Amino acid sequence: MIDFKNVSKYYPGDCIALEKVTFSVNPKEFVSIVGRSGAGKTTLLRLLLKEEEPTEGEVMVDGRDIKNLKQKEIPAYRRKIGVIFQDFKLLPNKTAYENIAFAMEAGGRSEEEIAEDVPQILSLVELVDKADNFPCQLSGGEKQRVAIGRALVHKPDILMADEPTGNLDPLHTWDIIRLLCRINELGTTVILATHDREIINALERRVISLDRGRVIRDEENGRYIV
Amino acid sequence: MFTSFKRIIKWGLTNFWRNGWLSTATVSIMVLTLLVITVLLTLNVVANAVLANLQSKIDISVYFKLETSEEEILKVKSQLEKLQEVEAVSYVSQNQALLAFKEKHKDNPVLLQSLEELEFNPLEGSLNVKAKESNQYASINQFLESVYYKDVIDKVNYMQNKEVIDKLNKIILDVKTGGLGLSVLLALIVFLVTFNAIRLAIYSSREEINVMKLVGAGKWFIRGPFFVEGVLYGLVAAIVTLIILYPLFYFTSPKISGFLPINDIFSYFKANLLSFFLLLAGVGVFLGGFSTMVAVRKYLKE
Repeated sequence: MIDFKNVSKYYPGDCIALEKVTFSVNPKEFVSIVGRSGAGKTTLLRLLLKEEEPTEGEVMVDGRDIKNLKQKEIPAYRRKIGVIFQDFKLLPNKTAYENIAFAMEAGGRSEEEIAEDVPQILSLVELVDKADNFPCQLSGGEKQRVAIGRALVHKPDILMADEPTGNLDPLHTWDIIRLLCRINELGTTVILATHDREIINALERRVISLDRGRVIRDEENGRYIV
Repeated sequence: MFTSFKRIIKWGLTNFWRNGWLSTATVSIMVLTLLVITVLLTLNVVANAVLANLQSKIDISVYFKLETSEEEILKVKSQLEKLQEVEAVSYVSQNQALLAFKEKHKDNPVLLQSLEELEFNPLEGSLNVKAKESNQYASINQFLESVYYKDVIDKVNYMQNKEVIDKLNKIILDVKTGGLGLSVLLALIVFLVTFNAIRLAIYSSREEINVMKLVGAGKWFIRGPFFVEGVLYGLVAAIVTLIILYPLFYFTSPKISGFLPINDIFSYFKANLLSFFLLLAGVGVFLGGFSTMVAVRKYLKE
């Protein structure tokens, strides 16, 4: 469903972020992308979100080169991909409920759908009792769970997580990872970018290792070896 | 479509309320802007009234030779009235002039007695001519000096008053252009200050705009609530400004009316309350809406 074909991304000043990256991800897979900071993990995710254009190569999603997406189609395309970030990126002036509802509103969903889906999602991420709290009233783990809830509202085919546990303590970290596994079991492709050795080794799923912009290893049941 | 519109309005109102301090600060700055604009407008109205009052005090008098018949004078009067520049002409007959003279000098028996001793009325009949604009007296004077009237007109007091009229004309022109220039400059300054205040308010939301883009919100769905907020700044500021102006005019009006030709600024303000509000709200809404659109545009592009 996702195909990277010889993708390279250079930034001005001879900075190589990705070089000739080729891999593909099947539906319902759980793939971890590992590597040190600056290895190119985030760039890879940004290319997939079409926040950046590759310098060379093709990024195909569902058989379509996303380079050819029209400006108008981008919002709809992004709604097909749920994203969560290390810094959560919640809307500070909206409550947990509203943060999730906003993403549905942006997608043009009806009030009835929102009133039905948001409580379901809140209970999936176990935040029913914090629905009316603002982000500043939530712990890091809770914020990340709101972000995951928000990423799921459009029932996306793909969930991308960029260092989702980078700001969390071990207890919350495992909360989030368990939640991601559960979402994957429910049928969503999960792409997890991280440099947390413990998580990778415990997951025992497919691991793509990046180093200085290149894929150096791609193995099922991979381990963190860099 | 309608749902989106409703949601945009809803978020605009919610954000306005939740960003309480920011909204208060921005509205305050906009209130200052609107106050400055109102004061400028009021000063303009007052200055124009003062100038018009001064202008209405200028006129020139045309004195006719003693032997001129009333009929001839009235003929000149009707000729003058046909001139475009002339606002009004009033006729003062010899008798009226005599009565006015006697009234003016009733405490001076010597003068009155010497007048009695004359066997005829020595005062000349005259026409008081008022021009529409004070700078038109020169051309009226020219008209009167033309050959046709040479025989009947004794003198026109334009020449004596010329210096005063010219000076006044210059002052009027200076006040008008200077006032306009100053008003435009001040208005420009307060506009820029408000524009920047709103841009700063949006600057603090740039991260939010980014997040909205990431969750797949369309451009109008992001822009809309900010626009609503900007428009609200303008509306609220207009209302607050009116609330400040009401007592301001109420208390200052009797104090300045004393030396102004305008009778009562407060009642003028009260009578035009709606147009005042529409004007202030118009300026505020335009300023708020325009500034937010410009500011949001920048972060939407990034």
